[in-house]
Amino acid sequence: MTDQKQAADFNEDEKKIIEDMITGDPEDMTIFGVSRRQFLKQLAVITGGFAAAQYIGPDELFAAPSVLAPGTIPINSIENGVNASFNVNGAPVALEVDSRMTLLDSLREKLQLTGTKKGCDHGQCGACTVIIDGNRVLSCLTLTACCQGKNVTTIEGLAKNNQLHPMQTAFIKHDGFQCGYCTPGQICSAVALMDEAKKGEASYLTENIREKPVSVQLSDDEIRERMSGNICRCGAYPNIIAAIKEVHSGKEAAQNWQFA
Amino acid sequence: MRPFKFSTTADSNEVSKILIANPHARLLGGGTNLLDLMKEDVERPTELVEVGNIDVMKIVSPASATGSVVIPAVEKNARTANDPAIRENFPMLSQAILSGASAQIRNMATNGGNLNQRTRCTYFYDVAMPCNKREPGSGCGAMKGLNRMHAIFGWSDKCVAVHPSDMCVALAALDAVVKVQGANGKQRSIPFTAYHRLPGDQPQKDNTLQPGELITAIEIPRNNFAENSYYLKVRDRASYAFALISVAAAMELKNNKIVRVSIAMGGVAHKPWRASVAEKYLLHKEATEANFKIAAANEMKLAKPLEHNLYKVELGRKALVRALMQAANGGKTI
Ligand SMILES: Cc1cc2nc3c(=O)[nH]c(=O)nc-3n(C[C@H](O)[C@H](O)[C@H](O)COP(=O)(O)OP(=O)(O)OC[C@H]3O[C@@H](n4cnc5c(N)ncnc54)[C@H](O)[C@@H]3O)c2cc1C
Ligand code: SF4
Ligand code: FES
Ligand code: FES
Repeated sequence: MTDQKQAADFNEDEKKIIEDMITGDPEDMTIFGVSRRQFLKQLAVITGGFAAAQYIGPDELFAAPSVLAPGTIPINSIENGVNASFNVNGAPVALEVDSRMTLLDSLREKLQLTGTKKGCDHGQCGACTVIIDGNRVLSCLTLTACCQGKNVTTIEGLAKNNQLHPMQTAFIKHDGFQCGYCTPGQICSAVALMDEAKKGEASYLTENIREKPVSVQLSDDEIRERMSGNICRCGAYPNIIAAIKEVHSGKEAAQNWQFA
Repeated sequence: MRPFKFSTTADSNEVSKILIANPHARLLGGGTNLLDLMKEDVERPTELVEVGNIDVMKIVSPASATGSVVIPAVEKNARTANDPAIRENFPMLSQAILSGASAQIRNMATNGGNLNQRTRCTYFYDVAMPCNKREPGSGCGAMKGLNRMHAIFGWSDKCVAVHPSDMCVALAALDAVVKVQGANGKQRSIPFTAYHRLPGDQPQKDNTLQPGELITAIEIPRNNFAENSYYLKVRDRASYAFALISVAAAMELKNNKIVRVSIAMGGVAHKPWRASVAEKYLLHKEATEANFKIAAANEMKLAKPLEHNLYKVELGRKALVRALMQAANGGKTI
């Protein structure tokens, strides 16, 4: 905790801006309804694997979802309320939500799983990608009500026993991000892609599409085509491809960057 | 998003009743188009019925005696494209599906939803703009506005929008049949080329589905196109973009002579556009570049471009030739 506080401290300029804005103890102030401590923790998670991993213990990073007990809001108090029970990262959740609530909003607002990001909220960027029953999908265009009985895996569920998923390790090694906002979606998408390639699924670039599906080795162009549903505003694409290639081929590749 | 009731009724007759009783009720497939439009306040349903649980949706692809293939309406686009029988017998359909949207969206999108997805005309999407399709009688924003992405065939003075689907272009070329079920379980088969409409005076109607009807499946008759077919898509970026122009080209060759040919275009009209003029020219001719060029020119001569999409006439001509060349070449890049 002390580490986190230190790392998350505001610099002099930021302190001044905040002091100008508020009176009272900045530790206790709330930003958008969450306490500063909570906000900074979320911010650290947003910035993704590398920076965050240095400052926050793995136990905090990969914490199980805090499950809201069903019944906290009586169902008939919401117009068109619906019940949905499903698994998130292996843990059962039972939610009562407005029928309009997307899975993305349920993950972020109800289950405090803020790793999954809202980019466009219209299916155009892939930042909200999660894996449902083995398939990568967009949580911004999935209603929570449609998740009944399904298994949802988010970025928080990829690490096992405090060990990062190989795709997470590869993204860190190859610096597959800059701001990190698209990263959880990129990684979930890439993890599902590995399975699709193993099953021999085709893409628009597949030349021998009529042949029986067998495990495919993906070229750089194939990775680009198959990952096109994940936009990176920072343009980290070459490093994202390097990370995916390393995991896909199982061959270690030298990292092509270093600290200046 | 406006409030709506969510239900997961299994009984298809019940679903038909809901759809007839409430014109503002909609089926929910993958939601990749409907939820997007609801967030934009373009679609305003008061009730959604999830298709996944409806009884008639549960048909499993029966290989019929005639060798046709039936794809369930509720099946996901990604699974349809990767079905070994589709890949082997109708590779052009797999290519068309795989050229559309992204891996995530294809994992969510249903075949029925793909047929009924709505236009991407930006005026249709913007509720502050006039649009006869969204609000009949309000006028067409695109007609005298920005119409670079719009139709060059079959448009009316009420609407110049194009149908956005790639999958449907291949299905039109494959002479597929849309299976629908209406009130009291009444079944109907609609030839694919008669399923979607031209805008005419009623651009608000995309297709010929009657109130209470749902798509249950799509049937593709057997053909000998698998060897020589290709789906070509031309767009502003290499992937994850809608077509400016697309061409589904398929032919059956005997000693390089065309004994059967089928061509459909996307991005050019309110529905997948069968290039019947080009087809007529090519039938019983040699599969040569010279013949493809004449056929393409004949087809595109009939185009009626708008202010900003004259480029589609030339692009369409070239795309037709290239798709036909690639189809003649066993689907391989030339
Ligand atoms: C960013 C983005 C990019 C895209 N790019 C492409 C592209 O390049 N090419 C392309 O072809 N498509 C593209 N799409 C569109 C996508 O293919 C469609 O959204 C999808 O196919 C719709 O299927 P769905 O099951 O999600 O439909 P839904 O959104 O669930 O439904 C769409 C409509 O179909 C109706 N419906 C659903 N099932 C049935 C049924 N069984 N019977 C009758 N009506 C039914 C619904 O009531 C609704 O009106 C893109 C979409 C997005 C968001
Ligand atoms: S082209 Fe059709 S969809 Fe677009 S603004 Fe005109 S009427 Fe509306
Ligand atoms: S937030 Fe879902 S695709 Fe952009
Ligand atoms: S790392 Fe910034 S958007 Fe991809």
